[in-house]
Amino acid sequence: MTVGRSASAFLNRAPRLRLGLLLSAPMLWLGLAYLGALAALFVTAFWHADPFTGKVITDWTADNFKTLVTDSVYRTITFRTVAIAAGVTVIDAIIAFPMAFYMAKIASPRARRVLVIAVLTPLWASYLVKAYSWRTMLSGNGVLHWLLDPLGLDTPGYGLTATVITLSYLWLPYMILPIYAGLERLPDSLVDASGDLGARPARTFRSVVLPLTFPAIVAGSIFTFSLTLGDYITVKIVGGTSQMLGNVVFDNIGAANNLPFAATVATVPVVIMLLYLAAVRRTGALENL
Amino acid sequence: MRLSRTTRYVLLAALVLGLVVIWFPLLLVLLNSFNADTTFGWPPSALTFEWWARVATNQGALNALWTSVQAGLAATAIALVLGSMAAFALQRYRFFGRDTLSLLIILPIALPGIVTGIALNNAFRTILGIDLGLFTAIVAHATFCIVVVFNNVVARLRRLGGNLQEASMDLGASGFTTFRLVTFPMLRSALLAGGLLAFALSFDEIIVTTFTLGTGMETLPIWILNNLFRPNQTPVVNVVAAILIIVSTVPVYLAQRLSGDTASGGRL
Amino acid sequence: MKKYPLALALFGALVLTAACGTESGDSGGGGGDKPGAQGFTPPDLKALDKLGEPEGELSVLAWPGYAEDGSNDPKIDWVTPFEKETGCQVSVKTFGTSDESLSLMKAGGYDVVSASGDASLRLVASGDVEPVNTDLVPNYADVFDYLKDKSWNSVDGVEYGIPHGWGANVLSYRGDVVKPAPTSWSAVFDPESQYQGKITAYDSPIYIADAALYLMKHQPDLGIKNPYALDDKQFQAAVDLLKKQNPMISEYWSDYLKESQALKNGDTVLGTAWQVTVNLTKSEGSPVDSVLPSEGATGWSDTWMVATKSQHKTCAYKWLDYIVSPKANAQVAEYFGEAPANEKACAMTTDKSHCDTYHAADADYASKIWYWTTPIAQCIDGRTDVKCKDYGEWTRAWTEIKG
Repeated sequence: MTVGRSASAFLNRAPRLRLGLLLSAPMLWLGLAYLGALAALFVTAFWHADPFTGKVITDWTADNFKTLVTDSVYRTITFRTVAIAAGVTVIDAIIAFPMAFYMAKIASPRARRVLVIAVLTPLWASYLVKAYSWRTMLSGNGVLHWLLDPLGLDTPGYGLTATVITLSYLWLPYMILPIYAGLERLPDSLVDASGDLGARPARTFRSVVLPLTFPAIVAGSIFTFSLTLGDYITVKIVGGTSQMLGNVVFDNIGAANNLPFAATVATVPVVIMLLYLAAVRRTGALENL
Repeated sequence: MRLSRTTRYVLLAALVLGLVVIWFPLLLVLLNSFNADTTFGWPPSALTFEWWARVATNQGALNALWTSVQAGLAATAIALVLGSMAAFALQRYRFFGRDTLSLLIILPIALPGIVTGIALNNAFRTILGIDLGLFTAIVAHATFCIVVVFNNVVARLRRLGGNLQEASMDLGASGFTTFRLVTFPMLRSALLAGGLLAFALSFDEIIVTTFTLGTGMETLPIWILNNLFRPNQTPVVNVVAAILIIVSTVPVYLAQRLSGDTASGGRL
Repeated sequence: MKKYPLALALFGALVLTAACGTESGDSGGGGGDKPGAQGFTPPDLKALDKLGEPEGELSVLAWPGYAEDGSNDPKIDWVTPFEKETGCQVSVKTFGTSDESLSLMKAGGYDVVSASGDASLRLVASGDVEPVNTDLVPNYADVFDYLKDKSWNSVDGVEYGIPHGWGANVLSYRGDVVKPAPTSWSAVFDPESQYQGKITAYDSPIYIADAALYLMKHQPDLGIKNPYALDDKQFQAAVDLLKKQNPMISEYWSDYLKESQALKNGDTVLGTAWQVTVNLTKSEGSPVDSVLPSEGATGWSDTWMVATKSQHKTCAYKWLDYIVSPKANAQVAEYFGEAPANEKACAMTTDKSHCDTYHAADADYASKIWYWTTPIAQCIDGRTDVKCKDYGEWTRAWTEIKG
């Protein structure tokens, strides 16, 4: 027997060893390296930085967390960020669903392929360029102004509205695709049966389609939520003077040289996402990613 | 599927409107890459091909492109190996902690990029004491690319079942031979699709890259960020973006064909 | 729930390991030693004592406009002549605020940095820069005397850098929109302003000093003597003024090009800017003008410093010498719109009255600009009966102001 065969025979008898070997590299990478890095970051949240030199002083203190909780501005920013994330998610879900439904159920297979490409390609256009494109569109003398002026309206300019619009735009494909996949898996016969039993389209949608595709919608929402929660670039481009959680973390890392406080603020989106993930696990969304 | 006329038309209208909204800013970018005015006022006053001509000689853009390609390929390679290993482990075996592990694999992509970025930055610089460079960026990219490959391979493994492999081994092939001749060919297209998506994810990534790439180095997104507001460079940025849009239709189409009928795409 | 205890235990172990693994930085702000006049004791570092062979490479961390290499405008380039002369290939990285320069220096990889007064001492205190041997910089002799040995570029008589030049933060405005032309900072602070929503301000906690400067003249009973030395009451007043200003702001800027674009587009019509922003926007055809308001202004006095960990110190010193040489200094000063550091540069500017416009030789005028300085708890206006707000508090307040 060659070495290969004897090794293979040996491994065949030892499923746990096989498992261990398979898991070793990914676990080392993700478990040790990645989780370790997160843990190290979490640890620095309990230290503080000297405001003059920027050096991290390793005296254990919960002062950072105290500041985070007592200063009202951080609560405001957190609520604002979560509200924006929720808004973006809802807007995207509302826009994505009809589009995905048409693509999955009504379009012919050939059209379907073209449509999927049409929806996917913009994803690979640079995120920055898309955000910047919105900046020029929202400008005082940009396209939106030109379009809305005859109607007596005006561009919302830079600010929270612009941020919500731009973020909704950027993450829309991430919502369309899971819903599309989920709708594809939905058997047509169920929808037909519902119609046969006398339900009008709205009722069918509410009682049959929506509950069955809910996990897919939630899967899409994981991305829109998480991407919005940590984003700081779009706000800087179209957000005017608004701040989101990502900005506070970024400013503390870069401008304020205050890694401990940045880590403290960073725990907020992490905790929110972990809670969100835990909540959606039940809905089975994680299999729909 | 039977749906009323009105429902069809309403949905079609929604689809068309949605596509228009999705593509309009991109077409604007394409248009602006010909715009002679550097502030991109609307409507454009004059058109020019100058920016397109400049792109081929723009050293910064070309260097950044090369760095992005290197990082993408390396990260994808690592992710392919680790992702497949993890997929096999989680799909084919039952063990203690399986659910936690699948959550762990999703974590790098579910947590906000800035958290991953600063965590890795802190780990590299402060704890391990190594300087940032291309290697650190590759490590960071591979970390969140793993889940992309993982998902594709798990989906494929789920569809395949274990019968063919068992048959192969029953017929006398060793484990390695089975993998080489039976399993791998069946996985190939899933790996390719996953790899393409991982590459695309790494190529457009900006936030984690900002924190893990060496000083003075630029990937394409970082180059774009640095030149976004420079009056002489913004038009070139538009051209680069336009090229990216046009070129990326190819891998998107490929990924679609390879992954079969599911719309695996987007983030994962 | 059975699966979690193990996971948590592992996590806890990781946390402990990480905690032990991280180096502890020693407390810099005047730990146990007696602090100097600036409130800290600099680390014990030695300046280079002689030059070697140029290393062939140099990484410059500079304010935008200081190290132009032709990539912004092919006609504006004084880096290429330097590269040809010394063989040191230069890569330039620019930053938008002093805080950014500090964090970039911490990240490492840069050989020289142009530090403003609010960054220079912090760089010295953290050991990121080392003393400079001015004998190795021949052009230092021609630098205006009133820029040498200042509190922001020297500590206890030890020189830490070569002066670059100085300037003021001016009030920029769109000449075609803002009529009549503004003459006072009240244009940006006036709550009744008709330009609401189109005003801009600098995105850095140091901007609080601009508010304090305004209050110095308009609310003298607060008793502010130095906009960087603010006690509780004075600080609150400045912060309140900025909070009232916040709704009127269209965007805060730290990238001067973003501000330039906004001015050109008309999304911003009024606000603090650098002269280079105004010059640039004007050269692109926009009717932008600037004025130094009646209350005076904050400004900066910049110093070129050498990174302690630099591997290219000979090239670094060659750069220091080059950038304050008459021709290069004149080029920068004209492009950026500031007063040069080298006396001989005044003869080399294309606009012969440049030095007069910018009061380069006027030591008295120079002393009236409130240069960016890092606020510390020890009041720098000399008061010993109160504690002033340190920069950490300025930074926290800035997040609050932006809301």
